[in-house]
Amino acid sequence: MSEIGVGHYITLSAVLFTIGAIGVLTRKNAIIVFMSIEIMLNAANLAFVTFATAIGDLGGMVMVLIVIAVAAAEAAVGLAIIVAMFRHRETVNIEAFSTMRG
Amino acid sequence: MSGVAIAFWVLAAVAVVTSLLVITSRNPVASVLYLVITFFCLAGLFVTLHSHFLAAIQVLVYAGAIMVLFLFVVMLLNLGTPQWFDVAGTPVKFAALVLGVGFVGALVAAGVGDFEPGASGPAAGVDPDVLGSTEAIASALYSAYYLPFLVTALLLLVAMVGAVVLARRER
Repeated sequence: MSEIGVGHYITLSAVLFTIGAIGVLTRKNAIIVFMSIEIMLNAANLAFVTFATAIGDLGGMVMVLIVIAVAAAEAAVGLAIIVAMFRHRETVNIEAFSTMRG
Repeated sequence: MSGVAIAFWVLAAVAVVTSLLVITSRNPVASVLYLVITFFCLAGLFVTLHSHFLAAIQVLVYAGAIMVLFLFVVMLLNLGTPQWFDVAGTPVKFAALVLGVGFVGALVAAGVGDFEPGASGPAAGVDPDVLGSTEAIASALYSAYYLPFLVTALLLLVAMVGAVVLARRER
């Protein structure tokens, strides 16, 4: 119990990832869905850092930097899309955007 | 318990509670602020893993830049007050809960909690503080991983242009 190992961090990462996934599945506000995706990305980052430290390889840490950069790009484009969607429909409820559902 | 263990349990508990508040809070502004706390906790967890540089980047880029962007958009769209009932119905909530608990249960049953680095563990003499230092990450980034680094820079440029084009009011 007092010894914190790799398993503790990986379990925490799995729990945070699952919380993010539940958020994506249950919320209809596009911005909160987006924030849930950020939680999932951060959970993956935690796993990357944990394994990089555990096996002594820098690749995982470089990967985390790239994930953070991609998350920044994704946030910029995604929020621009949300702003454009809001301009068209006056709402960010994802159920209002079903034009491409077919 | 050692200091690291206490720090881990406190940070892990706060991170799980605040991320649960993010996905259950009615008010998007409150969600954004809870998410900032989650990101600070993850930065603290990076420190317990001796990754001081990544902890600093986490605070600067995630808690600083990305969350300010989120808060800005929430305020811009005037979503401060919940305008509709935006949580899915009970069947979806129940299915998501079952899937989530099942996923974590499957991972724990598969033994992620007992994972210990085996033969591929750190070579003797690798100092974790040196491994996570700014110098070590920089030398890896500019030598072995220079191509992904350049592609990331290009991606940021494309994303910037894309965001400007998308958010522009067409006439």
